[in-house]
Amino acid sequence: MAPIQVRPRRSRAAAWLPYLLLLPTLFFVALFTLWPTVLVVHDSLFRSDSSTPVPVFTGLGNYAALAADPAFRQVLINTIIYVAVTVPASVVLALLLALALNRRFRGLGLLRLAFFYPAILPMVSAATVWLFMYTPDYGLLNVILGIVHIPSQNFLGTPGLALGALMILGIWKQTGYFMIFFLAGLQGLSRDVFEAADLDGATRFQTLRYLTLPLLRGTTLFVTTIAVVNAFETVDQLYIMTGGGPNNSTGMLLFDLWQTLFSFFDLGKASAISVILIAVLLLFTVGNFIYMERRTTYE
Amino acid sequence: MSRRSPRARLAEAVRLLGLAIVALAWALPLIWTLAVSFHPPDEPLSASNLWFGSQPTLANYGQAFDIAPFAQYYINTIIIVGGILVVQLITISLAGYAFARFRFRGQNLLFFLILLQLLVPSSALIVPNYATIRSLHLFDTLVAVMLPFFGSAFGAFLMRQTFKTVPQDLDDAARVDGASWWQTLWHVYLPPARPAMIAFALSSISFHWNDFLWPLVVTNSQASRPLTVGLAVFTQLGEIGAQWPLVTAGTIIVVGPLLVLFLLFQRQFVESFLHTGLK
Repeated sequence: MAPIQVRPRRSRAAAWLPYLLLLPTLFFVALFTLWPTVLVVHDSLFRSDSSTPVPVFTGLGNYAALAADPAFRQVLINTIIYVAVTVPASVVLALLLALALNRRFRGLGLLRLAFFYPAILPMVSAATVWLFMYTPDYGLLNVILGIVHIPSQNFLGTPGLALGALMILGIWKQTGYFMIFFLAGLQGLSRDVFEAADLDGATRFQTLRYLTLPLLRGTTLFVTTIAVVNAFETVDQLYIMTGGGPNNSTGMLLFDLWQTLFSFFDLGKASAISVILIAVLLLFTVGNFIYMERRTTYE
Repeated sequence: MSRRSPRARLAEAVRLLGLAIVALAWALPLIWTLAVSFHPPDEPLSASNLWFGSQPTLANYGQAFDIAPFAQYYINTIIIVGGILVVQLITISLAGYAFARFRFRGQNLLFFLILLQLLVPSSALIVPNYATIRSLHLFDTLVAVMLPFFGSAFGAFLMRQTFKTVPQDLDDAARVDGASWWQTLWHVYLPPARPAMIAFALSSISFHWNDFLWPLVVTNSQASRPLTVGLAVFTQLGEIGAQWPLVTAGTIIVVGPLLVLFLLFQRQFVESFLHTGLK
């Protein structure tokens, strides 16, 4: 198709029409994104909790308090560990599954379905299912471990195991979703290069390393971005499964934010946690964007 | 494809078997949940009685519906998801049209301001947004659950890109025939945008159907709770304790229809996910 000439229309339409068209979107974005962002930064600079009904300016006091609080540092560490493990694990597993399932054979549809269905469940129900899986004694996981003579574990009640248990749920839930993107990416690749590589005697590994992976870089970056943002916003399963415990070993940013406001009624601190969460995600998104720009400019 | 030696075929079979085992592991949690939901309530679960029990029964489903108003929760979720979608389709069409076919002062600034919504996660704004809902006296209403999502930067952007592919000549022709701007939008721009709108709709529906934290924060009664919050409340009721057959029945009540819908519309679901890359 030939490129389409888009001519701006000015003369016949009333000058105010575009503003009118934008008004509804602008109104809701302003009321529930722009204004609250300003407000949350403002509120994070005030002490405002149940013993301070009238907010008192405290500068960076809330941030200093958070930095000095070992419980909050633990929350940050948990969040970072969760992101650092679940993101690479599910992205790599999704890629491997896509490579394995990118052929036609009998039962293919069933296999894809088995991996993909967790993606469409609400996280709340997935967490309920895994709460059941992890039940001591007769939970399916413990029963299976019992077959190989591993004693029953209280996965969600043991500080060393609970975060790992949540990671397994996270990986189980999202891998099939990422797999779909890799499958689409693989199907979009031209056959010719692969046939040429085959003729040149490239091994399977060489083809993967020097052909498939570089060609899929866009997909990988896209999937990784979604994975990181989602992982930072992990909260539903904490509410259902651990409540951040035992011993704060599974507390993460968004759950901590919710708890600080609705259990401890500390508006100032909750706002500071919000700002930290926004800043982390903003840094990541902007960094990602700059990286992509560089790549497309210099290649 | 390289030639197939017996060794290669054996390797292939082993790989398929490995894949099938992993797939089974992936499917097992749901299969087990489904089985236990038919387990007789008076038979305790144990390592040796882990599945359907001696006589599969629907009693758990009846009891789950007696204890929690799942029908009401379904209606609430459908109203919330449908309400958000209808308003979104209107706001994103209007905004997309403005950005695709008009030049106006402040255009870039307004575009940037709206796109900021993509950078700031709504979940990080629950503190001020909860206060807004409170001050609007909307706490514990269905409107409270919907309101923050009526404007969508992503949707506006998607519609802008789609509308830009519509030939300007069609627009001009409609104007010459005396069509007003909204007739032009309706008859010229929206028909070719249908695939994009369907993709947006499916991703919006699946996001809001599954959303938990925001409705948890702004609802407090059966009349406004969606399914996700309803299920969380149900599983945490003291009287239920660890009655897993009952809990699994509640879980299946929530996910069963979703899974059936997914099986029926698998292709559309997957395509819309790819199209939009939204959760």
